[in-house]
Amino acid sequence: MNRIDRRFTTLKATGRTGLIPFVTAGDPSPGHAVALMRALVASGADVIELGVPFSDPMADGPVIQHASERAIAKGVGLGDVLGWVAEFRRSDADTPVVLMGYLNPIEIHGYARFAEEAVAAGVDGVLLVDCPLEESAVLAPLREAGLKQILLAAPTTAPARMAKLCESAEGFLYYVSFAGITGAARLSTADIAARVADIRARAKAPVAVGFGVRDAASAKAIAGFADAVVIGSALVERLAGATEEGDIADRVQGFLRPIREALDAR
Amino acid sequence: MATPKIDDFLHWPDAHGRFGAYGGSYVAETLMAPLAELTEAYLRLREDPEFVAELDHDLKHYVGRPSPIYHAERLSQHVGGAQILLKREDLNHTGAHKINNTVGQALVAKRMGKRRIIAETGAGQHGVASATVAARLGLECVVYMGAVDIERQKINVYRMKLLGAEVVPVTSGSKTLKDALNEAMRDWVTNVADTFYIIGTVAGPHPYPLMVRDFNTIVGREAREQMLEGYGRLPDAITACVGGGSNAIGIFHAFLNDRAVRLVGAEAAGEGIATGHHAASLAAGRPGVLHGNRTYVLCDDDGQITETHSVSAGLDYPGVGPEHAFLKDAGRAEYVGVTDEEALEAFHLLARTEGILAALESSHAVAQAIKLAREYPKDKLVLCNLSGRGDKDVHTIAAREGISL
Repeated sequence: MNRIDRRFTTLKATGRTGLIPFVTAGDPSPGHAVALMRALVASGADVIELGVPFSDPMADGPVIQHASERAIAKGVGLGDVLGWVAEFRRSDADTPVVLMGYLNPIEIHGYARFAEEAVAAGVDGVLLVDCPLEESAVLAPLREAGLKQILLAAPTTAPARMAKLCESAEGFLYYVSFAGITGAARLSTADIAARVADIRARAKAPVAVGFGVRDAASAKAIAGFADAVVIGSALVERLAGATEEGDIADRVQGFLRPIREALDAR
Repeated sequence: MATPKIDDFLHWPDAHGRFGAYGGSYVAETLMAPLAELTEAYLRLREDPEFVAELDHDLKHYVGRPSPIYHAERLSQHVGGAQILLKREDLNHTGAHKINNTVGQALVAKRMGKRRIIAETGAGQHGVASATVAARLGLECVVYMGAVDIERQKINVYRMKLLGAEVVPVTSGSKTLKDALNEAMRDWVTNVADTFYIIGTVAGPHPYPLMVRDFNTIVGREAREQMLEGYGRLPDAITACVGGGSNAIGIFHAFLNDRAVRLVGAEAAGEGIATGHHAASLAAGRPGVLHGNRTYVLCDDDGQITETHSVSAGLDYPGVGPEHAFLKDAGRAEYVGVTDEEALEAFHLLARTEGILAALESSHAVAQAIKLAREYPKDKLVLCNLSGRGDKDVHTIAAREGISL
């Protein structure tokens, strides 16, 4: 069984809501990228979403755009990201890692080559923001290598399409809680609850909810009806500017622990 | 992903918006529904006689079509080769071909009941054309423009403001057209319910490459008729500048199945392709995915889109419309680089021999027409798409020549 499936099976068995933090690989400090991943796990992460920096992150808000720009300015590329996952795997064989980003870096790297290297490094899935189901034929080498394609669903997704997404979902289905870019601060919990309940009933994979989750309160609100909560921009913002390993770990802990506790206290 | 041998170039893209290996809809899930809604509306409207009649009426009475084909005799004499003919898109209302598309998309927006228009712009021509049609239809208009471009196109920025549009400076990335496009896309994702995004070129996700092309094919359809009527034959070659490629596909499209007509796109070679300071995606780039479609892009080995350079803001773009990528691979059109220097030289030569100030973008096409004319004998005809007028560039040219106005 794939690490993602195994993790969600365990979560379900223990009645816990998954916590999926997102960080941009190489931000705030490329030298501490692996230490940051370990800190995420130590503070309660169930799955790590690792952003592959891209020069033109069309679907991201200013926080993740800037994190991407900072990482690229320090020379971070796909090769580094795969290297960090491989290093992380040497001390953590269980926590699933999903690479999140845009298609071009993988297209240029070569799909078959990426698939081979990602599996060897210990990557479990990919979430490619600009590769909807309709265009995902190019990802065949990734699927054949065993990488899960994490699909997105949105409030604007039409019913017929939603049925297709639920049917094709693997790993987990990422429900974007509103129409907008990452990091925006709008959330109508009741609305999301109804939609997610419907999707969960039909999807062939657990449902994670994200976009706009900022703190323990908003995470807890979602935890009531989702299998997992994704939290990105607020964490990236909190980490920005940290340069010391200890400081990075402290910030992660200060941010994630209250959220983990809120999720577990339900 | 080789492009198969093509017999008919007029019926692309396919139902998925693909031109062979290029095009498609590489966008975030939140945009899939609005794009489907737009595709459905547009495919219906393009067959709707009432819509077509309204568009034709606007093109004639508001834009001022048809634009003439002008025989640049003194320029041709000076060059000493083939005859150079100019398709005068610079004479359109607002001074460029861009209005053909914005008039069309604004009518689509109106039919779809949208009250807010957003647009991205590089040189400012598309921004002005969008602000123009928004003012005319009483729609709110927000134009995203790179901070660098705002600096070098001040006149157009002020024109947009005079027309009632809000110009939003984009300070992310390279602060040019590509970043303006990212920002406009983010606005659209956030405000899809009431907002219509008028993309200014034949790039972006399906149906934009199709729709923007359709609205610009008027250029080639007119030119084809005008050539047959005025010269009794088709031109031997056609040149057009290519940034995103809307004016080029506009004039090329009607001639795609006329295999004897050579089609040459002039990309911005900037300071020379070898220097790396250019914007020649087709001549020097590779297939990749940017701004919602697969096409040729300029990027490094990590897949990061690289910063481009051109003296002309309108060509300063690291991608290109997917149909051009398709035409390149199929061998139906050629794409060559024209440097800043060559474009400026052509600008001056055209001004002095014909009394026409061409846009810096269009000056690339003029430079390429001059090169081709030199290769051909005097009885050959080279048709150049003079896609815009140069008033907006007067400050840029003066500054380059050390003159302060």
